[in-house]
Amino acid sequence: MNLYDITFYFFAFVTLVSAGVVVFSKNIIYSAFSLLFTFFGVAGIYVLLNADFIAVAQLLIYVGGILVLLLFGVMLTNKVISVDMKTGTLQTLPATLLSAMLAGALCGLFYATDWKIIRIPPAPETTNSLGEMFMTTYLLPFEVASIVLLVAILGAAFIARKDRSIRRTT
Amino acid sequence: MQVGLSHFLIISAILFSFGIYAVITRKNAILVLMGIELILNSANINFIAFTRFSTAKLDGQAIAVFVILLAAAEAAIALAIVLNIYNKFKTVNVDEISNLKE
Repeated sequence: MNLYDITFYFFAFVTLVSAGVVVFSKNIIYSAFSLLFTFFGVAGIYVLLNADFIAVAQLLIYVGGILVLLLFGVMLTNKVISVDMKTGTLQTLPATLLSAMLAGALCGLFYATDWKIIRIPPAPETTNSLGEMFMTTYLLPFEVASIVLLVAILGAAFIARKDRSIRRTT
Repeated sequence: MQVGLSHFLIISAILFSFGIYAVITRKNAILVLMGIELILNSANINFIAFTRFSTAKLDGQAIAVFVILLAAAEAAIALAIVLNIYNKFKTVNVDEISNLKE
């Protein structure tokens, strides 16, 4: 057990336990806040896989953006003061069976397969070469992604707008 | 046993099953969204693990950046839709929303 393994097991534990709280907790707020720890744990796993840029992007976008959006959603769609923020579940038995079978099959598959592992010494940092790839190999997807983001921003603002009277009159 | 590729893959498999469970069982639409985020994260772990343990340069990490980007766009759009649904139906429980048009 060297330091790498201990760190891996720590982050794996944090990720899986908090993901379990997200899935099984009855309180929406508990779920939302333990999703924070899941994202942190996944970022730690990215660091262990020598993906420094992705780890930082994970922290900035997921924790700083998506999680705050989800919390806004929780706060805006529940009466925080009057009603307790419980949520029910549907179809628990078939879902348990399905996801347990899925987990078992995937874990068995991943464990049993004889992966051809090539351990090349990792680059000290990946940001430079990632940036070069985005400007050369992945230039078209990169530009399309910026358009997708623009469309998503405009669409979200348009859908969530409260007053629709302007559109009705025209 | 030294931590290798299969450890990371098994973590992502368990995370994926948690996400599927949340998507199927949860009534609240926002918790369904959280399940989708878990699924996307598990896919990202797979991409980056395969990048680390193969001769592929950094293609997996580039794809992971696109996945994160699409997750952000998806969360914004989906929350806008959920807020709109809440304004109309006064609930976000997906089992109670069965009208296509009022």
